[in-house]
Amino acid sequence: MDRVLTLTAALLQPLLLLAAAPLLVAWIRRVKARLQNRRGAPLLTPYRELRKLLGKEAVVARTASPLFRIAPYVVFAATLLAAAALPVLSTLLPGARVADAIALIGLLGLARIMLTLAGLDAGTPFGGMGASREMLVTTFAEPALLLVVFTLAMTTHTTNLASMAASTLAGDSVLRPSYMFALAALLLVGVAECGRIPVDNPSTHLELTMIHEGMLLEYSGRHLALMEWAAQLKLALFAVLTVDLFMPWGLATRLTPLTLLGALAALVLKLAALGALLAVSETVLAKMRLFRVPGFLAMAFLLALLGLFAHVILESAL
Amino acid sequence: MMLAALVLPLAGVAVLAALASAAVSLAASRWPRVLSWLSFPLLGVCALAALASGIDALWFGGAHQAVLPLGLPWLPWEVSVDPLTGVFLLILGAVLLAVAVYGPGYAREFRNGRDSLAALGVFTALFVLGMLGVLLAADAFLFMVAWELMSLASYFLVAFQHEQAEHRHAAFLYLLMAHVAGLAILLAFGVLAAASGSFSFAVMRSMHPDAFWAAVAFALALLGFGTKAGLAPLHVWLPEAHPAAPSHISALMSAVMLKVALYGFLRVAFDLLGPPQWGFGVTLVLVGGATAVIGVLFALQQTDLKRLLAYSSIENLGIIFLALGLAQIFQAAGHPALAALALVAALYQALNHALLKGLLFLGAGAVLHGAHERSLEHLGGLLRRMPRTGWFFLIGCLGMAAVPPLNGFVSEWLTFQAALQAWQLHDSLLRILVPLAAAALALTAALGAAVFVRAFGTAFLGRARSRQARHAHEVGRGMLAGQALLVLGIAIAALLPGPVLGLLARAATQLTGATVTGDGWLWLTPISPSVASYAPLPILAVLLVVGALGVALLRPRRRAAIRRAVPWDCGFAPPTPRMQYSAAGFAQPQRRVFAPLYALHEQVTPGRYEQVVGDRAWRQLYLPLGTLTDRVADLARRMQAGHVRRYLAWSLITLLVLLWIVS
Amino acid sequence: MNFSALPLLDQAVLVLAAMALFSAFALLAQSRLLSAIHVFAWQGALVAAVAALTGAASGDVNLYISAAITFVLKVLLIPWMLHRLVRRLALERQADPLSYPALTLLAGAAIVVFADWVAAPVAQFEHSATRNVIAISLAIVLLGMLTMVVRRQALAQVLGFMAMENGLFLAAVASTHGMPLVVELGVAFDVLVAMVLFGVFFLQIKDSIDTLDIDRLSQLASSVEQDDDTEPPR
Repeated sequence: MDRVLTLTAALLQPLLLLAAAPLLVAWIRRVKARLQNRRGAPLLTPYRELRKLLGKEAVVARTASPLFRIAPYVVFAATLLAAAALPVLSTLLPGARVADAIALIGLLGLARIMLTLAGLDAGTPFGGMGASREMLVTTFAEPALLLVVFTLAMTTHTTNLASMAASTLAGDSVLRPSYMFALAALLLVGVAECGRIPVDNPSTHLELTMIHEGMLLEYSGRHLALMEWAAQLKLALFAVLTVDLFMPWGLATRLTPLTLLGALAALVLKLAALGALLAVSETVLAKMRLFRVPGFLAMAFLLALLGLFAHVILESAL
Repeated sequence: MMLAALVLPLAGVAVLAALASAAVSLAASRWPRVLSWLSFPLLGVCALAALASGIDALWFGGAHQAVLPLGLPWLPWEVSVDPLTGVFLLILGAVLLAVAVYGPGYAREFRNGRDSLAALGVFTALFVLGMLGVLLAADAFLFMVAWELMSLASYFLVAFQHEQAEHRHAAFLYLLMAHVAGLAILLAFGVLAAASGSFSFAVMRSMHPDAFWAAVAFALALLGFGTKAGLAPLHVWLPEAHPAAPSHISALMSAVMLKVALYGFLRVAFDLLGPPQWGFGVTLVLVGGATAVIGVLFALQQTDLKRLLAYSSIENLGIIFLALGLAQIFQAAGHPALAALALVAALYQALNHALLKGLLFLGAGAVLHGAHERSLEHLGGLLRRMPRTGWFFLIGCLGMAAVPPLNGFVSEWLTFQAALQAWQLHDSLLRILVPLAAAALALTAALGAAVFVRAFGTAFLGRARSRQARHAHEVGRGMLAGQALLVLGIAIAALLPGPVLGLLARAATQLTGATVTGDGWLWLTPISPSVASYAPLPILAVLLVVGALGVALLRPRRRAAIRRAVPWDCGFAPPTPRMQYSAAGFAQPQRRVFAPLYALHEQVTPGRYEQVVGDRAWRQLYLPLGTLTDRVADLARRMQAGHVRRYLAWSLITLLVLLWIVS
Repeated sequence: MNFSALPLLDQAVLVLAAMALFSAFALLAQSRLLSAIHVFAWQGALVAAVAALTGAASGDVNLYISAAITFVLKVLLIPWMLHRLVRRLALERQADPLSYPALTLLAGAAIVVFADWVAAPVAQFEHSATRNVIAISLAIVLLGMLTMVVRRQALAQVLGFMAMENGLFLAAVASTHGMPLVVELGVAFDVLVAMVLFGVFFLQIKDSIDTLDIDRLSQLASSVEQDDDTEPPR
């Protein structure tokens, strides 16, 4: 009975995150609108957008290959699977044994590769532009992300995300230099990976400034719905990752209704805070030109590296 | 244990089959069908025997030795098959089997040419024979003979299409570097033989040289085997030679020969040299890391498909050597279990690279066969014209990009897990260095993904950039079957990492003395389940289920699934193929960011812009070396001025000096 | 021993030392002069805070005085003087980007690793939990020197020099719980005098060759000859 309960929870958690992702995006848009003295669209708008797209016809370019039609499903499935490896509500997660932190980054990499290939598929210049720029961002963002995971893995002696969260819950302090540097690096890398300002503007309509949108230009209908949902899920995934690694208090260690409700409330609060923080930073900062992004990500890499150094020099040579 | 006793006989069958293939191919000039019906099938038999022998050796463990009645009377040839040999026999067998199935279709192209089919068949078989000899050798004499045979046979294969000058230059460079490498290896064996008093590996294993001579032998072995494996800065021959050879030979060279060099290094540095020193490990990590970064950065800028694959091989060998360095560091620090883990990661990476690179080179050969084009700037849209080759190539590219659930990810994951155990080390310098090496590995992995996205995207997706690509045709069944065999191997390595790890772990156990567990066929938990685990089969299953559910649920009921139309392109005029991103354009951001590392030469003439990305190693290492050699040769030439009395004077001086030394 | 098991003051000292290391990197990479001065001020504040916390942990009053002197000098007085200098030299908009940022970053990381390796045997003689701060402070000193090597603007050189002094102070605080007060005061006044002299010299250099790029200091020789040759207008 216990196994069934754990497995059900493991199945429901990524679905919960999938359902909540558009809400997070709507919240961020709402906060940004308020900061700009507007009222902002209703919180259910992204759901309506997805439903609209799902009902529309899917138009595919004549020059596109079968990969173009397969890519949205692969991207969606890979991102959902990555979400299954994260402790969303509880640290009892069999999914974390299937894919650890490195495999999570690998799954996100699979999604990104298929997205980039889809961008190149229709043979249009904007797709190629988006693909080429995305590869530049990835080249620097992925090592920084891996280095953040390494710093945490060197401290907690595991790469299993549920174990990492559990060891912090069990009393390991997070106010240590390596964690602080790693948090700063993760925030910068998360902004880059999810295509938010200052790396990429998710609401731009100027094709020459697009990175993520450029690769989606040829998609329509249900394919576009899947891609957009996957992008929203990725943002929620990075938010939950930040919460799990650095602020895991509230996660349920036993599967009882009370602890799960408490975990849900804590999650909502933390995601709302992170979303508001992202909205503020997007309002304050401007999008950087493309060739300043490597400098931005080098700063993230440096922070992650300093986290590693701080761990080895200051925290562990005892 | 009757199966265990088959190890050596199977290896013998492989050798005989290769010999037979060579003998039979002599007749191929007269009767071309011999190549397809006898030479390649015999190589296939050889491959199956090698594969069986390797798996057998890994399954049952232990060493099997024999002394052959060949060689010199007082220096007979010894052969042995132990788990380490077994790993590389497995690699050789798997790739050779695919090449043997692929070969007949590919070689048909040469039938109407001027190149001699007999040469192709004979030298291919001799090449395989040489590699088998190196793997089976248990004494330095047989090793060197087989090594030379391997180098010479491959030289003739690289120079096979010798009408083009660049192929001849590539072949000469290859021969030169191969002989420099061979000299270094010979000297390394010399040091080991001097310390142990015999050329036999068994004796060398029991008597080790002291610390200084061990370091000398290590440096010589690294120089020699590293040159053949393509470590920087001795890698310059690889991007010239591998593309020049016919594609199935390129596959053999990149997938197998580089691993044979790796085997040689493992044998000397890990088996024969004695107790490891952490300085060796740090050297390997630094050299491997630099090689990986250089290889991938240059791979990103190549527009010739085969050159791109060659540079990518350099990158992967760098990663393997980096993992070997980690193994040495752990072993020297007294953690044999971690050393075994790092070693298994290196061996798994070697296996993966062999399967993936073999597939990619066979695919490149298929592209060459079907579209008659090698440059990425003239390809495009091939996925619709050559679907099966295209999907196989996609699997190869995804594997090289190291994404789950494919096999490239497994070896990368294992290497990271080994590096993350650095917290168990006591020395603070090593404790920083090992994760830093992992950071460098992460950087090369990200760049590697970009390389293969670019390669696949430009060649197979989009629209055709030339007339050749527009009229490309799919290749024949034989060539497709060869690629399919490698895909099968890739699937096994990707989805059943536990059993494969179990097999490879025997070789690691032999070299380090500690065991690595796999924890069943579903999970990969090399250390313990609470530390890290990975299960590719559930990942693949979930991906397929979610994808199928998505397709089934979202498909419209009353309408057609999709509607085809002109590409949207933001409402501009319908794009022409020339408006696409070119391969050079795709890599331009990285070219700009990493500009100091590339030697960029630009040339602008009216209506034409040319940019050449050169290898810095040429300008800064090889050209000065070449100039120095020229000057020394000039000096030497003055000694041979043609005056008889001067020759006599030199002879007199030499005689005096020798007498003085002897007295 | 786990980080969480250390007393709170020690944990705070380690955190502040790590942030000081980050500020050394930031000083290295910051291309705008005014922002670099602000980073330097932050570094001074962090180092003063470390001194104050170490004083609180050990109860040594001298450390409080050292912290106060450092705060007044490095966080308030010297940055104010540099600000004034920048305004007089009209350098507010000067940007001094690094020629090879990635290479500089790599060199900085290598320096940190090297400093840790060098300081490891020294650190073994200490018994307090903050002995690894010696490695950090050595790294800050070396990074200050690296800043002086890679930066071209003379004012950035001054900041690198001051950062070296910050690193030395941090090492003294962490290992021996401060220097004798006399030495402390002497060093502080030396630094102040150096600042004044820098200011005077920079004004002169800017007047002569109209730039503060140290790669062009050789032009000073030719400008001096010109001054000798030209005669004042009648």
